[in-house]
Amino acid sequence: MTTTLDPELKRLQVPATSSQPTNGRRRPAQAAADRPALLVQHVTKRFVVGRHRKPVQAIRDVSLRLEQGEIYGILGANGSGKSTLIRLVSGLLTLDEGRVEVFGLDLARQELAVKRLINRVSVDAAFFKKLSPAENLAFAARLYGLDPRAAAREAVAILARLGIAERRLGRPVEQMSRGMQQKVAIARALLTSPTLLLLDEPTTGLDPRSKLEVQAFVEEVRATHDTTIVLTTHDLAEADRLCARIGILDGGRLVAEATPAELKERVARERGLPPTLESVFMTYTGRSLDDDEETAEEEGD
Amino acid sequence: MTAAVREMRASYAFVERNFNLTKRYFGWELAFLVYNVAGALAISLIGKQFGNNRLLLSLMIGAVFWNYLSIIFSFIAETIAWERWEGTLEYTMMAPVRRATQLLGSTLYAVLYGLVHTTVVLAVLVLFFGLDMSRANLATGAVFMVVGSLSFIGIGMMAAILPLMYVERGAQMTFVLQSLLLLVSGVYYSVDILPGWMQVLSHISPATYVLDGVRRGLVDGLPVTSLFGDIWPLLVMAVVLIPLGVWAFGRAERYAKRTGKLKRVG
Repeated sequence: MTTTLDPELKRLQVPATSSQPTNGRRRPAQAAADRPALLVQHVTKRFVVGRHRKPVQAIRDVSLRLEQGEIYGILGANGSGKSTLIRLVSGLLTLDEGRVEVFGLDLARQELAVKRLINRVSVDAAFFKKLSPAENLAFAARLYGLDPRAAAREAVAILARLGIAERRLGRPVEQMSRGMQQKVAIARALLTSPTLLLLDEPTTGLDPRSKLEVQAFVEEVRATHDTTIVLTTHDLAEADRLCARIGILDGGRLVAEATPAELKERVARERGLPPTLESVFMTYTGRSLDDDEETAEEEGD
Repeated sequence: MTAAVREMRASYAFVERNFNLTKRYFGWELAFLVYNVAGALAISLIGKQFGNNRLLLSLMIGAVFWNYLSIIFSFIAETIAWERWEGTLEYTMMAPVRRATQLLGSTLYAVLYGLVHTTVVLAVLVLFFGLDMSRANLATGAVFMVVGSLSFIGIGMMAAILPLMYVERGAQMTFVLQSLLLLVSGVYYSVDILPGWMQVLSHISPATYVLDGVRRGLVDGLPVTSLFGDIWPLLVMAVVLIPLGVWAFGRAERYAKRTGKLKRVG
């Protein structure tokens, strides 16, 4: 695929067309990318709700460090700040305090350069629904400076891998199921060869087959690319399967962070609970399932 | 590839996307054309009723060229509202393109769309009334359309801020701005009949100069070189309003990012 990036960014870019696993070998670019893929330092975000109400702290002093090629899961109840954190890293929200760096590039000062390295798939597939997947993907390709024809060929290959036939690419997105739309959204994100991919509940609302296909594809991306992935999810089995490390947000704070195995072992050892991510989630979010359902109704996160 | 070429290509992305959307909504485009032809005819027929050809032409030009300026204004002003409604606003805002690039792309398509639309409406009306346009200076009309578009682009960029800042009703607020321009710009009547304070406002509306220039070109057949008094205010407004529009949009985007208003609602 023809990319049109500055040399500095191109060095950091990860090819999306590669079908050869890296087998643990370090890419040449990786040596230059020994800086963390994502560095979040003491980030705080407040929102003022209503004219005279106190500011709500959506994110409180959160710090993260992700290495290249890692899949990092963020778990948390509805309203815990997962999507806000993703939006902050995406540059869709400004930071009140703290700092975000992507491969050493400061988000606040080098926003355009950072944007060339990242892409995001949100819980709602964001498309012009009357346009076809091909037209939506061509738009994305041009925005990211790619050759639309090469991008179209690449999109066909990615979508075929996700189970979407080429003949579907010319029909309006609105005629596709939600699961298919989400797959097109993932294909669109991968087209731009993001070095950092932000997956904000990408499988929420998908049927079991689609969910498994997307999860398998994320694993494939991890195996064949050096893309670093941040994944927010409510699906604990998904987090367990995909994530090398998990951070748990509660009330905007990062209350726990470790590998899935370490977290499970910790709650079993310290609390005498079954060694499952359900136990981990309940322990660190400090709520019952009923509380979460009520919160979801109130906040609709 | 240079940064300039990359930005131009990104700008073209918005032109191509909007063209694709026009194709997909072709039925609606035809209905919109019929609506505009009917509206312009209804107003122009008042001149026909009075048996006054000059009044007929003046009303027709008011209707057709206000329609053109409205299209430019609405297209740009509704750029944000449209994306918010489709749910693509966050995706577009996190793409690595400068906001001026995005606005330039939307603007270019708006001008092209408006020119095609207006030409069709004008042709239908000329045929309907059997008007003799042999005295009309079409070049003057075209120059005023293009130069007038520039200042309307600036105003449109500032109007696009409203849907960014006011999530629920911002799009509707742009209509208020449009109706105020309609009121003070002498679209269907001479600005001389307005109260003194409204005439002051008419002098700062680009539509006043566009319509005056187009009327003098198409009705009186004057060349653009004799209408410098209408051209220079439009050029000054364009030079001031476009950078002001880009700057104001940037400030509004910053506000939206601080307050979380880019998020889709509804």
